[in-house]
Amino acid sequence: MAKETLLSLENASVHYGGVRAIDNVTLKVDEHELIALMGPNGAGKSTVLKALIGLAPLSRGQVRWHGVAIKPKTHEMVARGIAYVPQGRQVFKSLTVLENLELGGYTLNNRSATKANIESVLHLFPSLREKLSHKAGLLSGGQQQMLTIARGLVADPKILLLDEPSLGLAPKVVKEVFEKIAEIHRERCIAVVVVEHSIKSVLAIATRVFVLSRGSVVLEGSPDSIDSEALHRVFLGQS
Amino acid sequence: MDYAVHILTMIAITGIAAVSLNLLIGETGLVSVAQAAFAGIGAYGMTLLMLHAGIPFLAAALFSALIAGAIALIIGAIFLSLREVYYVFGTVGLNMIVWAILLNWDSLTRGPLGIPGITRPEVLGISFADNTAFLILCAVVLLAVFAAHYAIMKSNFGRVLHAVREDEEAIAVLGYKTEVYKIVIFVISAALVAFSGSLYATYLSYINPSAFTVNDSIFILAIVILGGLGSAYGAIVGTCMLVGAFEALRFIGFPASIAGDMRQVFYGLILILFMLYLPRGLFGKFRI
Repeated sequence: MAKETLLSLENASVHYGGVRAIDNVTLKVDEHELIALMGPNGAGKSTVLKALIGLAPLSRGQVRWHGVAIKPKTHEMVARGIAYVPQGRQVFKSLTVLENLELGGYTLNNRSATKANIESVLHLFPSLREKLSHKAGLLSGGQQQMLTIARGLVADPKILLLDEPSLGLAPKVVKEVFEKIAEIHRERCIAVVVVEHSIKSVLAIATRVFVLSRGSVVLEGSPDSIDSEALHRVFLGQS
Repeated sequence: MDYAVHILTMIAITGIAAVSLNLLIGETGLVSVAQAAFAGIGAYGMTLLMLHAGIPFLAAALFSALIAGAIALIIGAIFLSLREVYYVFGTVGLNMIVWAILLNWDSLTRGPLGIPGITRPEVLGISFADNTAFLILCAVVLLAVFAAHYAIMKSNFGRVLHAVREDEEAIAVLGYKTEVYKIVIFVISAALVAFSGSLYATYLSYINPSAFTVNDSIFILAIVILGGLGSAYGAIVGTCMLVGAFEALRFIGFPASIAGDMRQVFYGLILILFMLYLPRGLFGKFRI
C-alpha cells in the first residue's frame, strides 16, 4: 500500500537578506519514513528543516501539509504534529529535566495527557528518569541531546525533525543517539527527518537520502542507491 | 526616627519598582529602561483622578495601573519586532517620550511646576496620613508584589518566561507563542511599577516630571543588576543598598552644588564595578 505524504516542500527557495540559502528544493516526507538530509557546511540542510517548521519564510515555492498548500507558522506546525529539535542541544538549563519535558506537552493542552506522554517517553529514555529533578544544565552533552529529543516527543508528533543531533558529541555518544533515533522511528511509527554530517551513522538508519550542495538537492534516493563516489565529491565541494 | 521611616518608605516604594523590573529583565531577559515612565503614568494618573475626579486613592491607583498596563500592551505589541539592544533603545525612547509629555502638557500636568497638594491615602476607612502607617501600607504592597513575583515564577507561565530568557527559539518550536508571553509580562510589570508611582506621589504629596526620567529608570535597572538578575530577594537587597548608600552620601559633606551630581557618579561607578567584577550581582542567577 502506498504511503501517504504528510509534509512536502515544493520548489522552495529561502533567502537570508540577499544570500540564497536554498534554491528550488523539492522534498516530501511520507508517513513512517526516516529521511537523511546530508551535505557539506552551508549546503542549506538546516534551512530546509526551518522552512518546514515555519522558521525560515519561503521567498518562492510552497509547503504542503497532507497535500494542501499552507503558509507555515511555527506554532501551527507544532500543533499539526511536527516536532523540531534544533541543533546545539537547546535544553532550558535553569529548569529541571521534568520541567523541560513538561514544556514539550504544550500543544496537548491537557495535563494528564502530558503526564502520560512523559511516562511513555521515559520508557524510551530510561537514563532521564533518574535525573528528573536535576537541572538540565547539569546533564552531560549526550544526556542533553536525549532530553531535547525526548522533549520533542512529549507532544506525540507525527513527524520529528532533528537538526544535527550528533553535533559536538563524542563518537560513542553519537552511536547511542542514532540507535535511539532508529528505535524511535521503529517503535513509535513516526516519520523522522535528520540533518546530519556523520554519513556513516545516518546512512545506517535512513530509508531515504537527500544530499544538498549550495542550496540545491543534488542526489536523492535510498541509502543503497546513493553513489559513494558522488557523495564524496559533494562533501569535497567538487559538485 | 522620622528619618529612618522616610528611608524605609523610599526603600519599599523603590523595591516595588525593582521587583517588577526583575520580572522583565531578570526572569524574561527583556532589558527595559522605561520603568520610570510607567511609574510616572501611575503617579500622574492617580493624582489627576484623585484631584480632578474625586476618586479615592485605591481606585485611582488601580485604575492608573490599568492605564499603564494598557499603554504597555500597545507599546509591547509595537516592540515585538525589536531584538536585544534595539529593544533597549526602544524602551529608552518610550521613557523620553513620556517624560516629554509630562513636562510639556502644561494644561494637564502643570509641566515643570508639577502638581502639589496630593493627599495621603485612606484605604478601607483606614487613614495613612501618619508616616509610620504609610510605611506599613508600602511594606504590605511590597510584600504582595514579592508574593505575586513568587507565584508567577512558580507557575507554568513563569516557567515559559524562564525558557524565553534562555532560548526564545527553542521554546517557540515547542508551539509557544512567545510574543504573547512577553507582552503579558511587560503589561504586568508596567502595572506594578505604576502602582509604586502612585504610592510615591501620595507619599511626597507633590510630583513633577523630574522624578520620571531615563536616569531614574537606569537607577532602578542598576538596583536589579546589583541585587542579581532573576532574584526578587536580590532586587530588594539591591534597593536597600542603593537607596541606603545614597542617603549615606548626604553625610559625606559634598558641597550642596555638586551633591546631586555626586550621587549619579556614585551609582554609575557601582554599576561599572559590578559589571567588571560581579556581573551576576549579589544573588543573580543570570548575567545580563
